[in-house]
Amino acid sequence: MVDTDQAELTFPSVWTRPDLLDMEGLSADEIRALLDTAQKLKEMTGGCRNKISLLTGKTCANLFFENSTRTRNSFSLAARRMGADTVEFSSSGSSVTKGETFVDTAKTIEAMGVDWVVTRHAVPGTPHLLSRELACSVINAGDGPHDHPTQGLLDMLTILQHRGSIEGLTVALVGDIAHSRTARANIWGLSKLGAHVIVCGPPTLVSPRWSELGFEVAHSLDEILPRCDVLNLLRIQFERQSARPFPSVHEYAALYAMNRARMKRAKDNILIMAPGPINRGVEITPEVADGPHSVILEQVTNGIAVRMAALWLTAGAKSNLTT
Amino acid sequence: MQNASPSLLISGGRVIDPSQSIDRIARVLVIDGQIEAIDPADGSIPDHVTHIDATGQIVAPGLVDLGVELREPGFEEDETIASGSDAALAGGFTSILACSSTSPCIDSHGAVEFVRQKAVQADGVRVHVIGCLSKNRDAAQMAELGLLHEAGAVAYSDAPRPMPNDALLKRALEYARMFNLPIINRPNVMTLSEGGIMHEGQVSLVLGLKGLPTEAEDLAVARDVRIAEATNGRLHIGPVSTMGAVDLIRRVKDRGIQITASVCPHNLCLDDTELRSFDARFKVHPPLRSPRHIETLRHAVADGVIDAIQSGHMPRAREKKMDDLVESPFGLASLETTLSTVATFMLGVGSFGWMDIIDRLSTAPARIAGVAGGTLSIGVPADITIIDPNQKWVVDGHQFKSHCVSTPLDNVELTSRVTQTFVGGRRRFALRPDVMQLA
Repeated sequence: MVDTDQAELTFPSVWTRPDLLDMEGLSADEIRALLDTAQKLKEMTGGCRNKISLLTGKTCANLFFENSTRTRNSFSLAARRMGADTVEFSSSGSSVTKGETFVDTAKTIEAMGVDWVVTRHAVPGTPHLLSRELACSVINAGDGPHDHPTQGLLDMLTILQHRGSIEGLTVALVGDIAHSRTARANIWGLSKLGAHVIVCGPPTLVSPRWSELGFEVAHSLDEILPRCDVLNLLRIQFERQSARPFPSVHEYAALYAMNRARMKRAKDNILIMAPGPINRGVEITPEVADGPHSVILEQVTNGIAVRMAALWLTAGAKSNLTT
Repeated sequence: MQNASPSLLISGGRVIDPSQSIDRIARVLVIDGQIEAIDPADGSIPDHVTHIDATGQIVAPGLVDLGVELREPGFEEDETIASGSDAALAGGFTSILACSSTSPCIDSHGAVEFVRQKAVQADGVRVHVIGCLSKNRDAAQMAELGLLHEAGAVAYSDAPRPMPNDALLKRALEYARMFNLPIINRPNVMTLSEGGIMHEGQVSLVLGLKGLPTEAEDLAVARDVRIAEATNGRLHIGPVSTMGAVDLIRRVKDRGIQITASVCPHNLCLDDTELRSFDARFKVHPPLRSPRHIETLRHAVADGVIDAIQSGHMPRAREKKMDDLVESPFGLASLETTLSTVATFMLGVGSFGWMDIIDRLSTAPARIAGVAGGTLSIGVPADITIIDPNQKWVVDGHQFKSHCVSTPLDNVELTSRVTQTFVGGRRRFALRPDVMQLA
């Protein structure tokens, strides 16, 4: 463990939230504060590999009511790299399957003495509901198609590390915008820091109402591609769709998959991102996913840094509030 | 145990009766539970009458609700006939139409009789029964409309379920003409609205919540009015919530087609941004729409295109409304806030005044349902509601008489409040001074 003095990490006065519920509710200054903290924590932990002791004695409960690999492990590692203990919960085989509501399950876990509940749930707003019911900090690890703030933040941290600034960049979110919490987190976060955001996909997955909210809506990836500095390729979320929104996966891939041919029409320094899990051959081809423009694995590493920052800032705000 | 032959003299109040175009300070004399006279001669007032001072208040015919879920039998945790009756009285209602959404549903003579007997035992509001439109409410086979009529049903509906079967609706509208009872249908194309939680619009887009598109309601209204026109049947559409529905209803009425429509009070004042809280109190049906729809509805109520206002009371037990937005059912308690909500948010829309409020909440629904009430005419049972138009209060669902505590109006300040309710001349509700919550 790296012996780190907490004083090395100054607590940003702009951050007063005991919970991290969504990106839409964050101000630009709050986003910058969290990204700045994440960057410092990444450096303090040697690229998120070493441990520090800022959160020793605290406990983080991961309450995942939906399947997850990267987000759950990322939060667990983030907590442990900060010295906190973790409690892992999955809904399968739990009291939820015996009829207990998720709120009562969360209250039970909280009563065991946890400082954070990190929650993922298929229904939008469940973290907001928990934040009203629980005394501990609540962090949203994805609530249905609504929001996934730490994913949005890690995407933004990755862009920042490559470009130095987000302001003025053109970022296209391509794919299943309708069912994507990552899309919403990116839309709010990127626009607040000054990026031009394009949402791109078939009309059945990209509502025209996004343009009423000030965002560019595009249905042709080929048309917008030359203007883009960043492409974030979102997975088609078949599990959230009640009816197939396009004729076939084959047709979707032909229209929207980022492939070698399309890379030739893109800017030379374009960043290719994907929140994962990626469907090779659907939204992205292997040569692009593994190519020199891809920062997909950097996103994963930055996820730990962002989650460390989220834990530290919410804990700090909580202690300020309670004192 | 009923008190025999109550006699009252209600004096000092502003008597409003749309059925007789009365709006003046007047005395109302009730003898043996019936309206004896408005402004009786002094010499005609018996000595034994109970005097009630209504100075500064409105004296109106009791309110009539076109559709209330009472949930008994089968869902007594949500509401019972007795608790729903108490809630109705506290809201100024003297007659309510009970929906068929029980288990078993009200598709038989015995089921109608059960509700009527329970209502007699509750000894409160007058409970009229809406019989099922389809047997077992499964939209496959017409219910025994004639036998339901014989048992005392006053209307037919599968509400809150819509009738998705076009052919069945057409046959039922034709068949029900024999009994001259209205069919009440909630406009909703379920294949378009399935899984929806809130109004489909910018807010649902941002929140990632599945929407209830306005076209699901508009298309249903279009179908329903066309079938009503073809059959010359008695159709009541409601509650409605969209601009499209209002536009269609206005146009078919202009063509002389005899349909009626109603709206819920919460659809006149709260918009879909309330769901930003992700609070299931705001998960109601029809959903809270966007401000443009609300404005259209308000003007349609004011100009009479929408005939009536119904509470939309859909009580659900507290534990059911504590869950997430998908698991939590649509529902709310609204009987006890309806009058105040309408007064607070509708007075001043166009020339909408108290005469219009009493019409939309009493006279018009009584006429649509074909039930007694909605008037202070001489000789009718003295169903009377007294309202303090100036009393401010803050809604607290936990103070409701309904089993359901969930209301989207929690903590909202309303102006005007029902203070007393009389059914057949008997005072069945009086607001206790200690529960008056002056803002």
